[in-house]
Formats: sequence, structure tokens, C-alpha cells
Amino acid sequence: MATSTPSKAVANLEEATVRFCGDSGDGMQLAGTQFTNTSALLGNDVATFPDFPAEIRAPRGTKAGVSGFQIHFSSNEIFTPGDTVDSLVAMNPAALVTNLADLREGGVLLVNQDAFEKKGLAQAGYETDPTEDGSLHQYKLHSVPMTKLTRLAVEGLGLSLKEADRCRNFFAMGLVFWLYDRPLDPTLRFIDAKFGKRPEVAQANTAALKAGYHYGETVEAIGTQYHVPAAKLEAGTYRNIIGNTAFAWGLLAAAQSSKKRLFLGAYPITPASDILHELAKHKHFNVLTYQAEDEIAAMTATIGAAFAGVMAVTASSGPGIALKGEALGLAVITELPMICVNVQRGGPSTGLPTKTEQSDLYQVMYGRNGECPMPVIAASSPGDCFDVAIEAWRLAVRYMTPVMVLSDGYIANGSEPWKVPSLADIPKIPVEHPGPLSNGEEFMPFERDERLSRPWAIPGTPGLEHRLGGLEKQDISGTVCYDPNNHDHMCRLRAEKVAGIVNDIPEQTLDGPDTGDLLVLSWGGTYGACATAVHRALAEGKKVSHCHLRYLNPFPKNLGDIFNRFDKVLVPELNLGQLSMMVRAQYLLDTIGLNKMQGKPFSVGEISEKIDQLLQGTQS
Amino acid sequence: MSIETPLPILKPADFASDQDVRWCPGCGDYSILAQMKKMLPTLGMPRENIVFISGIGCSSRFPYYMNTYGMHSIHGRAPAVASGLKTSRPDLQVWVITGDGDGLSIGGNHLMHTIRRNMDLNIVLFNNRIYGLTKGQYSPTSPLGKKTKSSPMGSIDNPLHPLSLALGCEASFVARSIDTNIKHLGATLKRAADHRGTSFVEVYQNCNVFNDGAWNYAKDRETKADTTLELEHGKPLIFGKDRNKGIRLNGLDPEVVDLGSGIAEDDLLFHDERCPEPSLAYLLSRMRYEDGFPEPIGVFRSVDVPRYDEMVNEQIETATKEKGRGDLEALFNSGETWKVT
Repeated sequence: MATSTPSKAVANLEEATVRFCGDSGDGMQLAGTQFTNTSALLGNDVATFPDFPAEIRAPRGTKAGVSGFQIHFSSNEIFTPGDTVDSLVAMNPAALVTNLADLREGGVLLVNQDAFEKKGLAQAGYETDPTEDGSLHQYKLHSVPMTKLTRLAVEGLGLSLKEADRCRNFFAMGLVFWLYDRPLDPTLRFIDAKFGKRPEVAQANTAALKAGYHYGETVEAIGTQYHVPAAKLEAGTYRNIIGNTAFAWGLLAAAQSSKKRLFLGAYPITPASDILHELAKHKHFNVLTYQAEDEIAAMTATIGAAFAGVMAVTASSGPGIALKGEALGLAVITELPMICVNVQRGGPSTGLPTKTEQSDLYQVMYGRNGECPMPVIAASSPGDCFDVAIEAWRLAVRYMTPVMVLSDGYIANGSEPWKVPSLADIPKIPVEHPGPLSNGEEFMPFERDERLSRPWAIPGTPGLEHRLGGLEKQDISGTVCYDPNNHDHMCRLRAEKVAGIVNDIPEQTLDGPDTGDLLVLSWGGTYGACATAVHRALAEGKKVSHCHLRYLNPFPKNLGDIFNRFDKVLVPELNLGQLSMMVRAQYLLDTIGLNKMQGKPFSVGEISEKIDQLLQGTQS
Repeated sequence: MSIETPLPILKPADFASDQDVRWCPGCGDYSILAQMKKMLPTLGMPRENIVFISGIGCSSRFPYYMNTYGMHSIHGRAPAVASGLKTSRPDLQVWVITGDGDGLSIGGNHLMHTIRRNMDLNIVLFNNRIYGLTKGQYSPTSPLGKKTKSSPMGSIDNPLHPLSLALGCEASFVARSIDTNIKHLGATLKRAADHRGTSFVEVYQNCNVFNDGAWNYAKDRETKADTTLELEHGKPLIFGKDRNKGIRLNGLDPEVVDLGSGIAEDDLLFHDERCPEPSLAYLLSRMRYEDGFPEPIGVFRSVDVPRYDEMVNEQIETATKEKGRGDLEALFNSGETWKVT
């Protein structure tokens, strides 16, 4: 070790992507989160991709147990967590072998040398130690004895060996913080807040963090430090936000905007549970969180809450939405306002619980018995979850209908800087309930207004006593009715009401020119990759535009006109072509799909490649 | 209009909706409906504060016939719908109307969890031991060997006993009555309404089309004094036309004994509906006609234990007291933020 602090080169970068990976017990999610928050505080734009296994603790050192967290941070506006990784931290051989493919050639590779012993290597399938056999020559490899150095750093604090080793992630963090010229203060504040009650643990983590940082500063082998200056974001106060948190906060805001108490009926399910956790923390916002006995109860309790007159919401993922299907039909036929969010994950069945996918679009559009139309809107990024939650409630009360919101594991767990809204920015959502009727006047629960919306009469109001139910009802009076023509009429009315929402949503906008050779049509969490790819193509002079849909049912009014102005329409989706099918059916338009189901978001490169392929020959 | 006028005196007819009742003529449901309409005005509660929630089945048509708020929901889910309603609006009186198929088969899960939470609901389970609306399949309370359309060789499903199930979930109020015993039924419904917490009432109800006579032993003028036993709090368990038979505990087992011949009333089991432990009530729920016992009717158990709907709202009050009313701006700006200028 050098005795004096050597002066090191600092290289300025526009952006960089770092991935921490290790065993699921190694604290990689924590390391990634801290790095993200610190980068955001520095003013970088950030996008993250946490990737963890379905098992809480798979056998130690195995490939099945590898957990990763990727952070893309930049001086420019960015929309994705990055295709390839500039610096990879691998805490063990299994993490290295499963993540190395994403490290770019010439990238920095930091490995925990102490984990590269016989057993660990064998578990990862390495016959020889890759840190010694020269097979990693194309990377800037730094093999650091992190376990040993961490133990030394925390010596004397009275920790067991096991506890000492738990501080390793802070050592790794410290080292990467140095590498990218990030301050330690936010993490030190975090340590204080999190471990304040166990001072020896707080001290140990602090010591490990600093040891990692000083190691980078001191050891001559790591020659270059990188600096990514702040991004030029729109003026305002920013914070980092995770999609599920943003959604929960959007619900809180919508409840206040409509002067309603908020009821969330939910059953724990990955990756939606964090919405329940977040709202359970905020009871003082007049929030009722109801952890039901199952998904069906979560949905039906939500219907009960909607009937009661509160803001009723349920949150789940595909398998849970399947169970809610019958009750969603009841929500549709009773025409009560509520929100159902589906944080999509890989399916079918249990599928890939912790991985992302967009394969529930058919489910939410068509997965119920009978003619059962429901508005569907989708969030495009972690921060957008906030706005979508508010918009869903606006539509629900305005049209007296359950509204389906689609999110996905990628945006639900991913994070980005979020411009903190002022209360004045949050739209007011007026809610009206009919008042008491005096004797003699008859209440008509299914009398409709100009939007075909019916009154939301709530129990406790004298004179409005009425019965709702799953049986078909007589138009206007709402009493049970089996008349064939009435049923036909009611099916059409319910469909017409939902279709009429088109008059209440903004026209579709384009990112790029109004006409061109190719339109990239996307929805949901693929926004970032598609936007970035289209920006690149535009910079290269290609005639491409990006159309990203928030409203999937109904589609915006001008969507057909937009399609007519482009030669080709490319629809990248993390499914086998569900939006494509809907667009083909509704607009009799051929679309070109780009489809993948690997539990991972699209990389920008994948979209760019497809754009290039489709435009070959058109750019003369 | 002002709603601060004194409560109007309501009559049974005020609780009748404008819908024609469509149960089969002779169905036991008519009697339950009549007793409910007769009982509700005695509560002094405005009609608009009462909600009936049901699932699917013949019994579940009940809300349509009541001029209160109501929802005829989906099969088995009424307790869950009612739980969401009651949690959101503890000011409402909420009734759940269900049957043996709806409540114990498809909806068994919700029933169990609603009871254990002691949600302040009144659950009335119409037990006719058959699926009526789907025209005669065996139900979870059909006896072994019951021949139905779906069990032509006799049912091989061991039946559930609703009160045993409710007591297993530690229900705070458990009672049983019989559709034709109208005075008893009305009084039992009133007790259920007055109880705070989940009230679970099983009503022996006759389906005269698909399972006629299933409860004849408990209804027949000639036999009912010997086949049923009316529970009264603090009183010994005595039954029989001549009030000369009783129930005595022999270790952990009840036995039928003849009074006189050396056995006095004090030797009998005394009913204690307020016993904190549900075990004795459970033992009563296990007394079956087919095993030679009279089947108890009346209130098995009535204890005061905390209620979910109250506690969940108390937590909100406590959180608000401790943290103040939720402030969105403070929340958005909590933790680490930074300014871009």
C-alpha cells in the first residue's frame, strides 16, 4: 500500500452504468439503492434496474441466488438503466459468471477475491480461477480481498465474523463511490438512521464504507477515477422515487383531491406488495389498508368499500388479477368507481414472480366473462405511476367504473429522479353524491348523465335505498330484469360509456415528426428503451417517430390518423404481440412486432437494431 | 331536507321493497324475511343506515326484497364485500345473508376470516342442506349417504356443521334458530343485531322443492320438544315434552339423563353463553339428533371481544394524533431531496 496519497487521473464522463451483483444475502439491493440516491442527490439523472431471484435465500454461492442492481446515471436526460455495464462489482464467482456478459469490453471489473476459492468456483462452474487464468484480460480487472479488508476494518468493534462479513457490501459501495467520485455523506446519514439503535453495527458499516473508499483512493492499481457531472433537469425540487411508492403517493394525492378516505384491499403478491406496505405507513392520511384473506376477498372488499362511498383500490399482479376476474365483472355491472392495479410479472401461472413482462394486456382487456368493458391505462416510468394513479381515479368517479391500471415489475421496482409536485399541480377531482330524497320521490340508481355515468348514491342517505347486484338490471330503475332487449341495450350502454371516455382524454402526442417511414408504438414500461432508441435514430437523420400510449382502452381519438401518416408501425412489447393484436383488430392495420419474454426490459440496442433493419433501403 | 327530525316509527311494511318475492311457494325463506322485517323496526335504526349483502343462491335474493341499501354480490363473497363496507363505514349496520353452499362451500374461506376478525356484521346462514338454486345437488351440510342429482349413490362428503365451524373460529356470537319457530327466530335475530362483533346465526330452513322435510325432526309439533333444546343463559339444559330430560357432562362428554331417579337439576350442565372459552359452546354444537341428542337452539355464545372495524379506525386516529393529519407536501419532501435551478 502506498504511504502517501498519490494523485490520480479524473476522467469526465457523460454517463455511466454500474451493476452490483452478489449473493441474495450480500446486500446488493441496498448497495444499489444507496448508489442511486447519492447519484440523484448529485444531480445526475438516474434509472435503475433491480434484479433479484424469486427465492429469498437460494443456497449460498449458487447461480440461482444471484441478486443484482444496475444503475445508469448521467449528465443528460436518460430513460433506461443502460444496455451494457461500465463497471461490474461481483461479490462471488456465481455473480461473475451470470453477469459478465453485460460488462462492456474495457469495463471495470471489481471482484471479491476472497470468494474465488475452490467451492465458490465449482458452484459457478469454473474449472480454473478466471481472475488468475487470464480469461478476463479484456476488462480492467481489480481483484480485491473484500472479505479480509472488511474484517480488518471492523476489528475491535466486537462483531462476530458473520456480522463482520455482513458489512462487505459497504466496503464494495465505498470502493465504487470512490471510483465514481461520489460523496459518502448520504450513505453515512442512512447508516445513522437505519442502524442508530445498534451503534456497533452502525460503526462497523461506517468503517467498512470508508475502508472501501480509502482503498480506492490509496491503491495505485486503480488508476482512473470517473466523474459524471450533474444533469440539466428542469428547475425544481427533486427526489428519487420507486414506481410502487409513486403509485401509492398518487393514490394519497387523489384521495385528498377528491376529499375521500382511501381504502386499499390487497393480498400480498410480488411485485405489487410494496403498494400495500407504503400505504400501511400512512394511516394518518385517513388510509385504510385491508390485508384480505385472498385476492378474491381483496377485490370484493374493495367493491364493498366503493359501495360505502370511499376511494376504493386494489393492487395485485397477474395471478391475483386472474382470481379477481369474477368480482371485476361485478364491479363493472354495478358501475361503482374503483381502481385495480396490475403490476405485471412473467407468466403464465406463477411464472417469473420477480421478473418483468407485459403479458397481461389481454387479461385486463378480455379476461372476464360476458361483455365486460373496463378502461385500461398504463404507467410508463416510475414517476409516471404517480400521475397515472390520479388519472385512474379521475376517470373512475367521472364515469362510475372500475379502472384498470397496468404497471410492471420493472417500473414498480425501478427508480428515477422525480420532480416533486406542488399541491397546486395536483388536479382536483370533484365527487358528487346525490342527496336525500323526500317521501314519494323515487330514486333511479341507473339513470345516466350526458357521459352515461350513473349517480353514486351511498348508504346512509335517506330515500336513496337501492339494491345493486350481479344480475342484469332494468335500464334506469336498476331492478333485476331478464328481458332480452333490455340486456342487449345494457351491454351496449356499458360499452358505450367506456368508449365515450375517449372524449375526456388528451389526444395522442408524438415524440418526433408527424409523418415518416416508421412509427414506434409502445405502451407501459418499455417507454424508456423506445424513447432512447427513437432519439438516437432521429439524431442519425432517420424518419422515425415515437408514439407511447397511456390509454389502452379506449385508445385516443386521433390514433388512427397517426397510423395513416407512417409507412410502417413497429410495436415492441414484452409479450407475443398483444397490443399489436388490439391495433390490428381495431384499425385493420398491419403492425410489425418486436417481442421478447426474458423477464428483462428491452435494451435500447434491441430496439435500435430493429429500427435499422426496418429502415434498410428507405434511407436513400 | 332536514334529517334532524326525530326518527320515524317504522313498520315491517316499511322494510318491504317494491320487488315481487320470487322464492318457491312454501319456502322457509319467507318466514325469515317476515321475521327480519318485523324485527328491524324494533332496533330504532333509520332504514338508510342498514345494508344487506348477500352472495349467490336462493337465500341471497334476500336483499332485493328489503327496502334498505343492499348488494346481491357474487357466489360466496358476501362476507368480504361486507367487510370492505363495514371497515370503510363503521356507522352502518351490515347484514350478510348466505346459505350452506354459498357460505360454507365456495365462501368458506371468507366466512372463517370474517369471523376471526370479529368484524361487526350480522351473518345469517340459511341452512337447507341442499343446493336449491342449481336444482338439487348435495351441499356441504348434506348428511352422508344423501342421494341427490350429483350423488345418485349417496353423498360420501362428510358434512360440515356451521356452528362448530364458527366456534372453531372463536366467533363472538353464535346462535341457531328454525324458520318455522317464528317467535324464537325473531328473538334470535334481535340478539344478533344487538351484539357488537360478528354475529353468526344458523337457521334451519326448509327447501320444500329439493330437500323437503330435512329438518322435520326439529320442527314437528310431536317431536320437537324431544329433538331440540332451547338454550337459556344461566339455566340448566332441560328438554322434553314433559321437561323431564336433561344434559349432564360425563367427563368431557355430554349425556342425556332423566331427571328424578336420583338426578337433580343441579347435576345438569348449566348454559353459560358468556364463557370466554368457546369449548363448552363447541360441545353443544356437536350435539346431533342422529347421535341421540336434542339439538340446541338459541344463543350458544355471546362474548365481548375487540372488533376489527373499530380497531382499524382507531389505528387511523392514533396515527393522526401522533403524526398529525397527513401532509402531502411534507411527505413528498421527506428523505433526501435536491434542488435544480
